[in-house]
Amino acid sequence: MDLFEFQGKSLFARVGVPVPMGRVARTPEDARAAAEGLGGTVVIKAQVQVGGRGKAGGIKLAANPDEAFAHATDILGMDIKGHTVHLVWVEQASDIAAEYYVSFTLDRGVKKHLALVSAVGGMDIEAVSDETPDAIVKMHIDPVVGLTPWQASELVYRAKLDRATARKSAAALLKLYEAFVTLDCDLIEVNPLILTDSGEIVALDSKVTLDSNAFFRHPEFEDFRAAFTEDPLEKMARQRGLNFIKLEGSVGIIGNGAGLVMSTLDVVSLVGGAAANFLDVGGGADAETISSALEVLTKDPSVRSVLINIFGGITRCDLVAQGIVEAFGGLDLPWPIVVRLDGTNAVEGRQILSGVVSKSLIPAATMREAAETAVELAGRN
Amino acid sequence: MAIYVDENTRLVVQGLTGSQGRFHGFRNQAYGTNLVAGVTPGKGGTDLDGVPIFDSVAEAVQSTGADTSMVFVPPAFAADGILEAAAADGIRLVVAITEGIPAQDEARAYNYIAQTSDAVLLGPNCPGVLSPGKANVGITPPEIARQGSVGVVSRSGTLTYQAIHELTSRDIGQTTCVGIGGDPVPGTSFVDVLELFQADDETEAIVMIGEIGGSAEEQAARFIQEQVTKPVVAYVAGVTAPAGKKMGHAGAIISGSSGTAQAKQEALRAAGVTVVDDPTSIGEAVAGLL
Repeated sequence: MDLFEFQGKSLFARVGVPVPMGRVARTPEDARAAAEGLGGTVVIKAQVQVGGRGKAGGIKLAANPDEAFAHATDILGMDIKGHTVHLVWVEQASDIAAEYYVSFTLDRGVKKHLALVSAVGGMDIEAVSDETPDAIVKMHIDPVVGLTPWQASELVYRAKLDRATARKSAAALLKLYEAFVTLDCDLIEVNPLILTDSGEIVALDSKVTLDSNAFFRHPEFEDFRAAFTEDPLEKMARQRGLNFIKLEGSVGIIGNGAGLVMSTLDVVSLVGGAAANFLDVGGGADAETISSALEVLTKDPSVRSVLINIFGGITRCDLVAQGIVEAFGGLDLPWPIVVRLDGTNAVEGRQILSGVVSKSLIPAATMREAAETAVELAGRN
Repeated sequence: MAIYVDENTRLVVQGLTGSQGRFHGFRNQAYGTNLVAGVTPGKGGTDLDGVPIFDSVAEAVQSTGADTSMVFVPPAFAADGILEAAAADGIRLVVAITEGIPAQDEARAYNYIAQTSDAVLLGPNCPGVLSPGKANVGITPPEIARQGSVGVVSRSGTLTYQAIHELTSRDIGQTTCVGIGGDPVPGTSFVDVLELFQADDETEAIVMIGEIGGSAEEQAARFIQEQVTKPVVAYVAGVTAPAGKKMGHAGAIISGSSGTAQAKQEALRAAGVTVVDDPTSIGEAVAGLL
């Protein structure tokens, strides 16, 4: 789960990494009040779960509350790479003596943690990496041992961060790494981590991705969702325990297993269509799960036909078929459904479906055939 | 020869008394796998349908000579269960089925096992390993498979079944079908499995199923180019997946420009692999190479 900047900063503050004082604002009036409360020059920053805000005009300096009001008026509602800005973060402006870059993530190729530190912060790190790769220091960290104090210092020295404040920046690295591990993050990126004129190390930005598999350890992380403007369909599906992602096309997809569903999207595209969604009912789906998944798709007006692709393992095809039959009886389904069943109890499942006499329920023998039929129906409907 | 599991495998199931562990543990037994023990802390000394239950993996190994453990422990405790299995003297293979283990737990467990144990970890979040006609350790429905000469290795569960189904429906059997799992830190990589298939006399061709995210397919491509002389057919799922969206599996995410299906397909093609763009073409492609 990708956090907003201000949410990430709240986690930094939790482990003792200094962050500027600030407040969230949803309206220009809120922003003015926040600027008054904070005093002095403030920065108005768009809160979006995507990078590149600065270039898009989503970060503005305001010398007084009226300017804060004006900038917030411009930024709220702005579209940044497809993300609409609903919130701004108003924070005290900082005196910047130097800008660093720090990130901690998992290097999947090496299967160890990776620290990246650079004295060239505040810019697009991929551009820095392309133009001056030597400016970024990389170090792998053994997850068993964790980042040790000497390694943190070594990162500071090798990246040529200010030597006079090396102890403070090394301490900040250790705390950020502690947050990365103990708060179960997939990514912590601070760009920039700054050295202030008065010699303090402060996290001026945050990019944090939380591992949703670890939320059982941090139930309070669910509260972060309250600030998000979640797609209503994705929210409905999540509350029903379905793995759903909205896409741009017109063929609704329901399948079991992430790989099979991804593959179904690809085959639909291969035969000339486009999927309206990714919907994985997971392992062991029963009749209710399938019926519930179909109900979610009825809320999406862009769906023109539905393809159900099940390869039963833990999932039993007879239960899937029952769910489809129940949905036919109980829901007003506005589109035809193409069904492909294989694996556990597929024969029984197909038998159950053959009992439904409807032009809107079409069995298919293979995944390819199912995709072709569903795409053709979507074009006609 | 099969790889990882065969008729000599002696299986202990961690979590045999839970509903999933029981269903699949006994389904594996019904297929012919030698299920020798179950482990559930606090239930040691009892038995379940004739299979003795122990409090710890170490005690199960000591009493039954188990050499393979299958982990059906819930996500919050699974990493600990994996570490326990790998620490038990005599366990050479740990098959972790559990889905939803935190990535930090996985990274610690993987590295600790690599440093302290000779045991091989398969998974987590994987369908397990099936050697048709010999043994099944995992959740793959064994009736879709048949004994033969093609090795299958995959990051996805249901897509593995799809691949096996495509082969079997063309009368092409398999030596072993290995699911390495869809998580960011899999214990066993494509390269590990490819190496075993290459060395296995009975395996004549290899089917590899990849998906978006990470660089495991690119690493596999390099290995195939340098070390694999047997024909390889590959399919990569997620060609149409949008960047930045996790497609179900924790590991299936395109971040920036890395991890795309197109890049993986290109790397595999460049290594001489036959890449198909539709899983229903896998059987035909393999038939053409055998």
